[in-house]
Amino acid sequence: MYRLMNRSHSHEGIRQACARGALVGLVLTFVALIGVFTAFATIYVVRGVLSLSQVLLALGPLLAGRAQKAGQRLSWREALAGGLSGVVAGTFVGLLALAVASVNMRAVLVNATPQLVRTLTFGLPLGLGVISLVGFGGLLGAAGAGWVHVPSRLRFSVALGLGTVVVLGALRQNGLAPVLAAVVLALVSGGAWLYKRQWQELQTSYELFRRRNESLLAVLRWPLALVFLLAVPYVLGTYGTSVLNLVGLYVLMGLGLNIVVGYAGLLDLGYVAFFTIGAYVTGLLTSPRSSLGVGLSFWAAWPAAMLAAMVAGVLLGIPVLRMRGDYLAIVTLGFGEIIRILVLSDSFKPILGGAQGIIEIPGPRLGGFQFVKPQHFYYLILLGCLLAVIVSRRLADSRVGRAWLAIREDEDVAEATGINIVKYKLLAFALGASFSGIGGAIFASWLHAIFPNSFTLLVSINILSLVIVGGLGSIPGVIMGALVLVGLPEVLRAFAEYRMLAFGALLVIMMLARPEGIWPAKRVREELRRG
Amino acid sequence: MRKRAPLDLTRSVITAIGVTLLAYVCLRAALTVVRGSYSATTYASQLIFGLAQGGIYALVALGYTLVYGILFMINFAHGEIFMGGTYVGYFVIDACARSGLLAQKPGLALILTAITAMATSVTMAVLLERVAYRPLRRAPRLVPLITAIGASLFYQYSFRGLFGTTVKVYPDVSLHVGRIDLISGRYSIGSLTVRPVYFVVFGMAVVLMAGLYILIQRTKLGKAMRAVAEDKDTAALMGIDVDKVIVATFALGAALAGAAGVMYALYNKQVTHTMGFIPGIKAFTAAVLGGIGNIPGAMLGGLVLGVVEATFPTLLGMDVQLKDVLAFGVLVLVLIFRPTGILGEVLSRKRA
Repeated sequence: MYRLMNRSHSHEGIRQACARGALVGLVLTFVALIGVFTAFATIYVVRGVLSLSQVLLALGPLLAGRAQKAGQRLSWREALAGGLSGVVAGTFVGLLALAVASVNMRAVLVNATPQLVRTLTFGLPLGLGVISLVGFGGLLGAAGAGWVHVPSRLRFSVALGLGTVVVLGALRQNGLAPVLAAVVLALVSGGAWLYKRQWQELQTSYELFRRRNESLLAVLRWPLALVFLLAVPYVLGTYGTSVLNLVGLYVLMGLGLNIVVGYAGLLDLGYVAFFTIGAYVTGLLTSPRSSLGVGLSFWAAWPAAMLAAMVAGVLLGIPVLRMRGDYLAIVTLGFGEIIRILVLSDSFKPILGGAQGIIEIPGPRLGGFQFVKPQHFYYLILLGCLLAVIVSRRLADSRVGRAWLAIREDEDVAEATGINIVKYKLLAFALGASFSGIGGAIFASWLHAIFPNSFTLLVSINILSLVIVGGLGSIPGVIMGALVLVGLPEVLRAFAEYRMLAFGALLVIMMLARPEGIWPAKRVREELRRG
Repeated sequence: MRKRAPLDLTRSVITAIGVTLLAYVCLRAALTVVRGSYSATTYASQLIFGLAQGGIYALVALGYTLVYGILFMINFAHGEIFMGGTYVGYFVIDACARSGLLAQKPGLALILTAITAMATSVTMAVLLERVAYRPLRRAPRLVPLITAIGASLFYQYSFRGLFGTTVKVYPDVSLHVGRIDLISGRYSIGSLTVRPVYFVVFGMAVVLMAGLYILIQRTKLGKAMRAVAEDKDTAALMGIDVDKVIVATFALGAALAGAAGVMYALYNKQVTHTMGFIPGIKAFTAAVLGGIGNIPGAMLGGLVLGVVEATFPTLLGMDVQLKDVLAFGVLVLVLIFRPTGILGEVLSRKRA
């Protein structure tokens, strides 16, 4: 009887291991067919040895082997099950390579190219490549199973070292030289291994230092941060600063959307509309070639842009006051599209320029100083962001912020406690829109030209993604989100192709695994954990 | 709905704006008709096209309404499910065209295409429900909405990644019944040009909707769906497998969307990975217009929206480019003035 049970138990194990391997294999197949491996094949982590696609390919079986219930110690059974998962995953990829190599599927699947086969089989002959895929899969799966049993100190340091090598290698043109990679790995892993224990002490001593010098730090913190922020463009150079400017604009808009979605809990999918309005108002007022032809300066135009966006925010806000979350989302989405269609349409072409947009928008001018280089705009954007951060922070902690919180939690209860829902909802819409309007104004004067195609729904989705991934209602979260979601794809050009796909997956995964975001606001975290 | 004092002023202002707007639209339309700048045949052909387009909207709208009726959430990715079926259907019909099957047995080829499209849509919807919605059934409302947006993006860009960015074009189909070509034909009756495909699409949509109605009202599954829509917990106590019913609901809505996609592609031809967005929004508008959660409402709403969209640009002398604005405008106006829709009453009141 016991043996029988035991056997059925092990059957269960085998089935689960196979299922896990199959799942990972399917995911890898999908990733291969959307072209990720092909695109990443030329991004070397270690020059001439290891490409980013190989790293991704290896990660699959490793995870497949790892994700099982571990016993106290590594048993043969566990290692075998892990290996089996890996073999199954490897077989899937191997079969994919065979299929792509033998049948021409390019008419349907655009990425089923010979290049994909070469990438998947490591450039080996087909048969050998497939066999090595399966073999490597098994080994990596077993390694994944064993990984759980590595002492945590070693595990941490090796993971940190490998991670550092991958990130540095991927960011660097042509990857790290093999020797350099080995040195980085040794240094980071070794350092982490040696200092893992000391890390705790280091933290406590820092804590002590911080407590002892609290007043001094409090005085120094902001000036230090400011000096850092002011110095950044000189370190980064022109390209880096341009990327940073883009991140900054998204931070500005993200903070605005954060007020609407994060604080007041109103899901706005048409946020790009206010950005559009800000940009077009600035364009109309400043460009000498626009239909108005008044040619005002940027400094006169941006308050107008902000005001126009605010008014639009209130106008959108009034009809949607009574709507529930999901209706609100669709109506705002519709609003964003309406603005884009209107801007693009021939009916308004005499005023807004139709598809040709508005050109010759002058940059800001300060006395005799003309804003030209990205570095100049950096300071303008920084100023906007700082302003937005201060306004957001002060509001969140004020009576207004608490009213928003109450509305987000429960509208009826909020109203019963005497909160004027109309006023605070409209305030949230207006303020959120105003940040976006300023962003639009800066955007127009930075690029000197605006076209309807810059203002698609995807901008709204981008901003929403970064607010959610960063953490709803969290200011540092928005900044982190913008750096990761806007900055990273700009730097990693090969990744940009898969950006929207990754955003979609990220939104789902975040909501499933970590709905409070990567840098959550304290209150949101508590609430979501509870709910 | 309970009265809320602070909202009364804004509401009356809104009502005033709405009534003025409606009066203006009616007046303008009446003027156009009286002035006789367009002949009756123009209106007739627009009406026929509008009914076909409306049938498509209605079929897609049913997917929104079915899911909303049970889960009280808007399945944001439904437009992508419509797109997925149409897209994969293209590969089948294209293969049929290449192999000559489409020329020899067009009926069989179309059925094959429709079945593939429906199967694809169903797979996508079931996967979506399993991964993105089921674990979040008890989460705060914002959370599944965000996963839905994420899933929608994911599907769209997966198709882009898998099948590329080139626009696919459905091949021409000739399906002769007697001397009439049902799909590609154009016939003049007096000054009116008639395309039978519109009648076919409209007829098929009506047949499918009737089928759905019978399924909901007469079968055991339909009964279970109605029970779950009424009260999930009680339904579970009555021995209904709620999870299964929810999956069936998603599958049913998706199958209708897949079928609608193929019909849509028969006269709109072009297929891209972004094609689901606008019909998705419009179908949602249709669902809201008819009363979300209400099945006959979705059918009615779809037809009304289709006709409005087809006839209003000429009636109001609008720029055709602004056609899409019209649908959004209708959506906003309905939500402001009659959020329960034309037929919706029971469900919306319960959960609004």
